[in-house]
Amino acid sequence: MKEIVVVSGKGGTGKTSITAALAVLAGNSAIVSDCDVDAANMHLLLQPDFASKTEFYSGVLAEINQDTCIQCGICANTCRFNAIPLVNNQYKIDPLACEGCGYCQKVCPQKAITLHERKSGQVFISTTKVGSTMVHAKLDIGAENSGKLVAKVKSNSQQLAKEQNKEFIIVDGSPGIGCPVVSSLSGANYVVLVTEPTVSGLHDLERIYSVVKRFRLKAGCIINKHDINPEKTKEIIQFLNAEKITHLANIPYETQFVDAMTNAKTIVEVESQAKNIIKETWEKIKHDISKN
Amino acid sequence: MTSNSKLKIAIASGKGGTGKTLLSTNLASFLSEKEQTLLVDLDVEEPNDSLFIKAKETGTIEQFKMIPRWDENKCTLCGECTKNCKFHAVVQMGTFIAVFKELCHSCYACSELCPANALPMEPHKMGITTEYKNGNLTFIESRLEIGEEQAVPLIHKTHNLVEATHSDTPFQLFDCPPGTSCPVVAATQNAHFVILVTEPTPFGLHDLKLAVETMRKTEKKFGVVINKSGLGNHEVERYCAEEQIDILAKIPFDRKIAELYSQGKLVYREVNAMAEALTQVVNFIQNTLTVEKSIASL
Repeated sequence: MKEIVVVSGKGGTGKTSITAALAVLAGNSAIVSDCDVDAANMHLLLQPDFASKTEFYSGVLAEINQDTCIQCGICANTCRFNAIPLVNNQYKIDPLACEGCGYCQKVCPQKAITLHERKSGQVFISTTKVGSTMVHAKLDIGAENSGKLVAKVKSNSQQLAKEQNKEFIIVDGSPGIGCPVVSSLSGANYVVLVTEPTVSGLHDLERIYSVVKRFRLKAGCIINKHDINPEKTKEIIQFLNAEKITHLANIPYETQFVDAMTNAKTIVEVESQAKNIIKETWEKIKHDISKN
Repeated sequence: MTSNSKLKIAIASGKGGTGKTLLSTNLASFLSEKEQTLLVDLDVEEPNDSLFIKAKETGTIEQFKMIPRWDENKCTLCGECTKNCKFHAVVQMGTFIAVFKELCHSCYACSELCPANALPMEPHKMGITTEYKNGNLTFIESRLEIGEEQAVPLIHKTHNLVEATHSDTPFQLFDCPPGTSCPVVAATQNAHFVILVTEPTPFGLHDLKLAVETMRKTEKKFGVVINKSGLGNHEVERYCAEEQIDILAKIPFDRKIAELYSQGKLVYREVNAMAEALTQVVNFIQNTLTVEKSIASL
């Protein structure tokens, strides 16, 4: 079983559209895993059935019992997150600021503070429109620990891939360079970098690749909207060569991506230039992985 | 608006790549043609504003978060610290206490509750904040170190720095990280008004709804700017009408904008429609907040 993780650093490069297209091409040979839990979008293209749903709990939230609280303020002074404001002469926990460290509970002389498990999202296991199994999630608003939810989506995907004896796991990775994307990359066999030839595209590609490098992962790169700035595309290709990253494909700037999305379809399900390019790319990725 | 007429605007979006940076950098530059303006890049994982803002570096500071260091000479291996850490950042391995700095939230519980004072808190570098200046425009960027996993502490540090050094600047813009989780809540917390940038596509709409939920939960005033207007469909506009959300401006879908942006250029100087959109945004926010202020003073 090989795990392919698609990342981009920068948003809006076409990462999810391309991942969903690869998932359609892979069909039932892959488990699909949406690790962009903060703003998950892949379900809009793959139409999973949300067949199974489990609540995801992570960390704790403090609560003050107002009946026993004597307003001494020790908890508020102890809290490093300013999560215990005094509201109408009562100390109250601000759930968006509380990080669940439990320090307040330890110092309360009245034992008026309790810690409760905190629901931070939901994990779904679905069947997609092409018949493959998909693991996806929704993070609650303002919730913390999206890295842990990503880890949960990943471990479910890996378990299902083993059980169903699948060849691939195709992962839509999280954005950025922090905790969620690090969780997305753990266990990967191959990384697909999606970028665009803009000053920010190249900048973010370099940053995300320095994270990928720490994991010593083999990587290939797709340059989307390559014709929007040929100079920048050249610069990206130079970077890829210098870093020995496979240049998988150049995809032209075309509105078919949005037209397809508007009809809940991936780019390989409509007539477009990108259709054949992505088909070839999928073959290249499979070839690249088998070389390991 | 606050009593002393400073305006703090956060620019956010659920989905990445909708034009948050495009709007932030163009709006900051546009405003600075007339007024002292501050732009703060809080998208600390992938800060991009500096690629578009041409300004001179005027200062840089390293940002630290506090993490415990194990002092094995003082430690009695009582195990209190590992019980007190809810993040599994302090773990006992035999006769050794390991501190996992990337898991640490700097809550100080392990350190201050240690009976032997064996876990003093020490600074650990998590990022760099750099300040630039060009005429009326001050630009501050915070950049998370590669390998650091938590954006929120750096966002808070940056807010504190801005409060301490630039609280008098009349226009303050904050370019936020994408998403709906804790980093964006942290980044928008001081704003008087939040602009949600979206695009008229199913992905844009889906993530806009999440962003709106976030704004309502944190009780922020907000409005929407539709970028790449003309692309996709009209579902975003329909949604905003149903939910009575103001659309401040629409930036047209135009390959020319994409090309200028790809080169790191400011768009409003060359594309009229962009300048018009910026004017609409500024007028809208000023009118809204002025009306509220006069109602409040009645």
